[in-house]
Formats: sequence, structure tokens, C-alpha cells
Amino acid sequence: MDVKEILANLSEGTGISGYEHGLADYLEQHCPWADEIRQDKLGNLIMVQRARNAAEQPYRPKVMLAAHMDEIGLIITKIDDEGFLRFSTVGGIDQRVLLAQEVIVHGKTDLPGVIGAEPPHVQDPNERSEAVPMDELYIDVGYDSKEQLAELVRVGDLATINRKVVHLGGSLMAGKAMDDRAGVAVMLECLKALATMNHIADVYAVATVQEEVGYRGAITSAFGIVPDIGIALDVGHGDMPGVPEYLTINLGNGPGIALGPHVHPSLHKRLVQTAKEWNISYSLEPATRPSGTDAYAIQITQAGIPTALLSIPLRYMHTPVETLNWDDVRKTARLLAQFIAELDQEFVEGLKCF
Amino acid sequence: MLLKRLSEACGGPGQEGEVRDLIRSEVKDLVDQATTDALGNLITVKNGTKAGPKVMIAAHMDEVALMIMSIEKSGLLKFHPIGGIDPRVLVAKTVVVGKNRVPGVIGSKPIHLQRPEERRKALGVEELYIDIGAAKKEEAERLVNIGDLAYFTTEFATIGPDKFKGKALDDRVGCAMLIDVLRDNYQIPVYGAFTVQEEVGLRGAGTAAYQIQPDLALVLEGTTAADVPETPKHKHATTVGKGPCLTVMDSSVIPDPRLVAKLMQLAHKHNIPVQYRRNTAGGTDAGKIQQTGTGIPVAVIALPCRYIHSPVAIGSQTDYDNAVKLVKVFLRSLEEEGGDQ
Amino acid sequence: MKSLIKDLVESWGPTGFETEVTEKIRAYIADRVDECTVDALGNLIAHKKGSGKKVMFSAHMDEIGIVVTYIDDDGFLRFSNVGGLNVLTMLGGRVRFANGTIGVIGREKGDLKDLTIDKMFIDIGAANKEEAEQKVSVGDFAICHREFADLGQRLVAKSMDDRIGCAVLVEAIRRLDHSDNDLYFVFSTQEEVGLRGARTAAYGIDPDLGIAIDVTRTGDTPEAPRMDVSLGKGAAIKVKDASVIAHPKVKQLMVRLAKANRIKHQLEVLEAGGTDAGAIHLTKSGVPSGTISIPCRYVHSPSEMVDLGDVENCVELVLAICRDPLAEF
Repeated sequence: MDVKEILANLSEGTGISGYEHGLADYLEQHCPWADEIRQDKLGNLIMVQRARNAAEQPYRPKVMLAAHMDEIGLIITKIDDEGFLRFSTVGGIDQRVLLAQEVIVHGKTDLPGVIGAEPPHVQDPNERSEAVPMDELYIDVGYDSKEQLAELVRVGDLATINRKVVHLGGSLMAGKAMDDRAGVAVMLECLKALATMNHIADVYAVATVQEEVGYRGAITSAFGIVPDIGIALDVGHGDMPGVPEYLTINLGNGPGIALGPHVHPSLHKRLVQTAKEWNISYSLEPATRPSGTDAYAIQITQAGIPTALLSIPLRYMHTPVETLNWDDVRKTARLLAQFIAELDQEFVEGLKCF
Repeated sequence: MLLKRLSEACGGPGQEGEVRDLIRSEVKDLVDQATTDALGNLITVKNGTKAGPKVMIAAHMDEVALMIMSIEKSGLLKFHPIGGIDPRVLVAKTVVVGKNRVPGVIGSKPIHLQRPEERRKALGVEELYIDIGAAKKEEAERLVNIGDLAYFTTEFATIGPDKFKGKALDDRVGCAMLIDVLRDNYQIPVYGAFTVQEEVGLRGAGTAAYQIQPDLALVLEGTTAADVPETPKHKHATTVGKGPCLTVMDSSVIPDPRLVAKLMQLAHKHNIPVQYRRNTAGGTDAGKIQQTGTGIPVAVIALPCRYIHSPVAIGSQTDYDNAVKLVKVFLRSLEEEGGDQ
Repeated sequence: MKSLIKDLVESWGPTGFETEVTEKIRAYIADRVDECTVDALGNLIAHKKGSGKKVMFSAHMDEIGIVVTYIDDDGFLRFSNVGGLNVLTMLGGRVRFANGTIGVIGREKGDLKDLTIDKMFIDIGAANKEEAEQKVSVGDFAICHREFADLGQRLVAKSMDDRIGCAVLVEAIRRLDHSDNDLYFVFSTQEEVGLRGARTAAYGIDPDLGIAIDVTRTGDTPEAPRMDVSLGKGAAIKVKDASVIAHPKVKQLMVRLAKANRIKHQLEVLEAGGTDAGAIHLTKSGVPSGTISIPCRYVHSPSEMVDLGDVENCVELVLAICRDPLAEF
């Protein structure tokens, strides 16, 4: 399966924060490059690939990769008497992108639905220029009463946007949940490459849960692994109109290599060096605050972990048409694999010396 | 003077190197061991002769600064504050950028070219630039890098009969106090933890506490004093000159009431002026330390400083001396009484 | 149970100063459990030993309140909030300090729309600063002063959040005859300022399963913000709030036990707000957790209202969990 197919399957899979088992099952079946696959108590999927051809020396640094498999979505808060479903969000969603979207309500079975609101024809002109607030939206699943839905949908059931990937010009692809299925795809591609390379590191590729509601999976999975190095793979804001250039990374230019307090300076330096050495294009991604990614959680686990972050450029983040360049996914995976393959004891142990 | 050297050293969140090296050279003959961890915390220990109680004293090395986010075609640098800085204090200040301390200025439109109503609106970070005198991007790129930090250039000096002024008093005063405390010898084990990245979310303190696993902890800080004109009396968080402050509650922690009461009692016994911090906003390393593992009793002793998180802050030498005295007196009392808590 | 509830809600225990409540609860349960300890953050941990699964229940003892930041020359006190306070429910209300001093909350002139805590003050009836300082000091904490009211099926008091949760656990301990599981009943501290007590208690216990018992809002009053929880509809099984997404297995467990034991129950999604489960589930390498919620009207006001039937349902659900082999954890 090539990168495009993997990305499509991952994007179209269902796994809202807290309920990621669908994605976990898919990964378990589609990752032949792990020596061991296990799930921890919160559902993080840990795929372990041990050192390859590491000769006699016993030193085995633990490298933890983290890409979150959860996506943002909707949660049913109330079923009203006429059979319309009221909802809230799981993770941050700009409610303006929800109007007129098609959804799948994951009740006892999957029900197709539409997000509706009051039609513009019956609104005042000034109402029409205002965004529809979240609590005036609802999901219409085509049933006429609460009673009809009684066996099918309950408060707390989840709904995802109904979206198949769209292949755009160039190497661009759009779909839902590219944040962070793109990161998961990078991990798989990286493990595939590393399987035939020599490396002394034991690689723990973790498809984390619940990142979108507070990097919760990363907190507990990092505690369980206690790696020597932690690298988060997430998406970064891609170039688009209306956003100052210096706050974005260009699609097609490879991964963003993050720098700032959340990234260990030696890891950043080494990643940049590796990219230059192997002619992998990249952008710099400076940030003043520890980022809103799994890296934030991993860095302060137990006695502290040297952490880095690679970002796949993504336009329209947290909308159902997240757009990326699938070649960036390949480039990111390549950079990551080379970086891991080139790790040596001196470098890893030196990370604690300041 | 130690506080002068610490105040003028440059070290922002994630790039505390210069400060760490300075502190390391200051304490190497005072402590039994000094190590760093994966985040760059500098953890020192004086073993003492008794097994306990183990005390951790923390002060953070990082100061608020500006991070270079991009180098424009024009050679001007765009930046974002790292740690909380009110953008209104940035206009018309001088800075130094990066490892090589390249001088720069944060400029603004001359008054001659402005309309009166423009001057009523504060300039936001997006409208400010650092000018290092480069004519174009390539020239600037030879001198500075994206991700470099820019620092204020304030010279430390004494002012008035008892006060001093300088940048980064939050928390170089804490670092200086901790070093002065480490000059004495104690029977109980004392861990001096010089932490990192406090200003961007109390990042270093928890990992340091996790390694040390103390029985109790003190955090030494520089805190806001709003005892200035235009601020009504009841909003003065602390008062410069009235002694070190004890925190009753802030946004990150409710310090252990038993520790706070003990510190109060010791202050009165030894005639050390002391005040309560009369404001509950703002967080400190204490929040993270208290919540580490199965919980650590913690208290905060802070030096009142005016104009904190700006290019120049003001504190009192007497307050400083009294704060150091209070910490030492507290450690002695622990030696005598053990950690009954 | 009414007298137990009254005793707990009328106690004095603002965030950070829960000892009065700790001692009261300890007196109720000490002879019914194997061990009662208080940890570094003041959590009361009652342990009923067993060889089965390790379960941690948590209800918080602390209530929201205020802290004095300044005493002016005329004897008025300025204050800050401890936990989430609503300025409108405080106006004209009274506070009580540890030593029994009562104060009235007043405000400066100005539009009610712009009212913030720093425009308010407390009047303890002192003529000047010296008189005031004889009764209170800067740094003193106080709680809402309001008595318990028995409306029959429904009860009203301040600090139902979360003394009602504490009452549920105390009652469960009193009624529990036997369980194979290793049970920890934690009466936690400092929940209202960030789930602090539960975090450290859970770290020490590291349970197989974590269950918080706390109040939740309802959507059953006139023009209420939309919410599907109502007084009288039974124990609320929390699906999600801002601090935790209940582990699906925990949610399923509670629904299964409620149905099997014919316990009236409802499902709850709370848009904002959190409970101790938020801290427990992120302990070490993770703990499957959930929350049993007591539906409550007027949360964080001096007149929080609960339904005795719902409270009883919660007690029964706690007991059902204690008795279950919990094989899936």
C-alpha cells in the first residue's frame, strides 16, 4: 500500500477522542513492521520495533514516537421530542464549518445525518450576517420523534463528519482528521523504512489517544515507556491567505522542524543536520509556548525527557477539508528514519548534559 | 556583585545556558554535587550530616524574553514574547539578540508622522519590529537566526538609599537568594534546584521535584508589587520595603498552611519584617512541586518587585537580606525540630 | 441520611482548609474500614482491604469560598475568590470565617453588568481597622454562610458540591457488608482549584479503576441551558466533561450494573466543568475512570438543590460496583 492509500484509509477511519478502537484495530492489522503490538489502559496503541543489527553492544536507547489517532468530533447531548439531535464538540471545532455538513451518527448502528439550522429565508437580514451559534445547530437523521430513536441513539453517542478523501492537483489531498492521521501515516512509513535499516534504538511508535482534549494519551503512555528521546509527529499550520507567512509552513516543502522551549536544542540541531545531509527539504517552525501537541506532555514526564516535534504542513486545520501534500508525509518519514538510524550512545547520553 | 551579574546575564525559557553556567561556577565550591537533567534544570545538593528532612529550594533561571519568529525581506526581525510581557513596555527599547548579543532597537513611528488618535491605541506585538541595522534579509541572516532570543539591555544598579534596579529580577533575585542560602552549611540535606522554563508553564520544576523527592519545598521568587500611584491601596499586591512576602494562595498553589504559619512565627521570633502576598493571580514552580508524586508540602517566599516582566524592575536590598535570613532561620529550625509535619 | 447530609454541608471547609470535614468524616467511618490515613495534601484515605481489584472512589471535601487580601482603614475587607464563584450569587450574601465571624458582601457603585470581585468588599461590622483585625487577618479564608433546608424529597444547602458526594461515600461505607475488592474511599482536598488532592492521592494508590462522585448540572429549570440531566431521574452516569472522557468500559460497567440492579439512572454530557476523575485517569500509566454524578440545581450558589431519590440511587450504584468482580479491569 502506498502512502496515499494509507492516508486515505486512516482519514476515513472513525476514532473520536476516547473511542479510538476502530483506528487501533486497523493499525494492528496493517503494521507488519512491529515486533510487538500492545494497548495500554487508556487505549494507546504501542507498536515496538526493536534494534536491528545492533551488534554486540548492549546499549539500546528507547525512542518514543507519538502521533495521535483521535480526531475531533461531535457528541450528542440531547434528543429532542421531534427527533432532532443536539450536540456539543469533542476537541476544538469552529462551529461555522459545521453548517450543512453531512455526518455519521455512531449509535447502535451508523446513521447518516445532516447538520441543519434555521433557513436564511426566514431570518432577519442582520441575523444572516452572524455566524450560527453552536446551540442553534442540530443533526437531522430523518426520524420524526424521540420514541422512534429510543433504541438507536443515546445521549453521549458520537458523530463524525462523513467525508471521503479528495485528491486535488499536485500531490495534494483533502480529508477529515488529517490531524493527526498524517502523523500516524508518518509513523508507519518510518517503521517500514527502519525495518530494513540498522539501528541501535528500540523504537516505540505510539498511536496516542485523546490528544485533542489535552494530550491525555501522551501523558500516560510516556509514563509507561519512559523513553530516552520522545518525538511527536503532528500537523502544523500550512500556508494560506489571511494568515501571516511567518506563522505558517509551506505545503510541499517537507516537515516543519519545531524549535522553542518544548524542543531539546540538540535534537533540533541534529534533525536539521540530518535533513541537510540527506537533502530532505524542511521549514523551521519556531514557537514561544510549549506547543499544543503530545510533545508538551512527553517533555515533562517523570524526570524529564528530551523531546522534539516534526510537523506535517496542513491547511484548514480542524475543518473537514484538511489539506496536505502527501509527499510531505513521505519526506517526514524519511527524515525520522534517518535520524533514528544514526543515533549513537554518546549523543543520546549527552542529552542530559547542559 | 552577584545579583548584578545574574540580572545582566541573559537566559530565556529553553535557552538558560548563560545563567546556568554562571550559577554553576558560583556554587561549585558550596555544594557536594551539581547535575543537569534532560530539560536543563541545575540540581545541586548539600548532603548534610542527617538523613532528613530533605528540603528542596527552587528558583527559576529563565527570564521573559522575545523570540525571533522571522527575518523579513527588509532585514527587520519579527518577534513574539516568550513568557508574559505587556506589549506596551516594548516600544522604544534597546535589546540584544542571540548568542552573539547583536544590538537592536524596537522602533516605532515618530510622533511627527502620527495622527493624535493613533497615540491613544497601544501598539500590539504584530506592529513591532526589532531593527538590527541590516539592509536586507541576507545581511540579517548572517547575524541572527530564527528561534534566537532577544533580551533587554538594562544595566543593574543601586538606586535610592535601599533599592536596586535591573532586568529579570523575576527570578534572578530568587537565584541569588538561593546561592546565598547555599553558602552556609546545614545538618539536613538541602537541594538547591535552579529550574528552567517556569515562565512558559512551570515546566522544569515538576521534573526536578520528581528526581529529588523532597519531604518539603520552598520556592524563592520575585513577585509583583503594585504599590504605586494610580493603583488603589487595596490592589497593592505587596509593598516594596516591607519585607519578604509569604504567599497564601496563587493561581497554581495554596501553600501548606502549616509551613506558612511556621515561617510567620519564625519571622516574628527573629524580628524579620514579613508580609502576606495580597493577590491571588499568577503561578509559580510551587504549583508543580506540590503536585509531584504523592504530594509535597510547599511554601513560597517572594521578594516584592515593582514593574516585573518589563525591561526594568525595582526591589529593596533590605527585603532581599531579610528573605535570605528567613530561609536560613527556617532551615535551622528544621534541624532542631526535625520535620514534624 | 438527611442528618448525615446536614452535618456535612453545614461544616466549614474551604479549599485548602478541609480539616473540620476530615475529622467529621473520619468519626463516621473509622470503625467500618481497615485503615484511615491523611496524606501530605490532607486527603482522607479510607482503605477496606481485599484481594480483588483495586478501586479508588473519590469525593471532594472542599467547598468554594473567599480569601481576605486587604483590610482598609474603615474596617472593610477586600477579598479574592477561592474556586469558581459567581459574583451575582454572592451579592447580599454572608460569609463565615473559621472563628465564627460573620460578614456581609457589599459592592461599590456602578453597573451590575460590570461587577467584578475587586469592586466588592466584606463588612464584618467593625468600626475601623483595629477592630476588624481583632477578628480577621489578611490571608484568612471564609465560606458561604447559609443553613441547610429540608424540602421533603429535595434538599437545599451550600456545599452540596461536593459534601453530597462525601455523604454518598460515607453511606456506602456504612452499608457495605462485604466486598472482595481492595477498596479505597478517598475524601479529597482542593478539587475546586484544579483536582489537586485527587491527583496526588491517585498517584499513591495507583488503582485498577477510578470513580469520582460529584455533582453535575441539570437542564430542568425554566429556559435552562440545554442539558439532558434532570432532578429525580436517577444517578447520572457521566460520558464526558471538560476534564475526562469516561473510559468506555467504565461507562458500560455502570450502565450494566444500574440495569441489573434496577437503579434509576441517566446519561450525562457536561460541556464545561470537571471532577476528580480528570486527575485520576491520568495517573502514572493511566487508570480507566468515570464519574457517578448527583444531579444538582444552582451549582456554585449558596442554595444547591439535590433529590434524595437520586442520592439513594448513587449510593446503590457505588455498592454495586464494590460487589462486582470487575473482571474487565
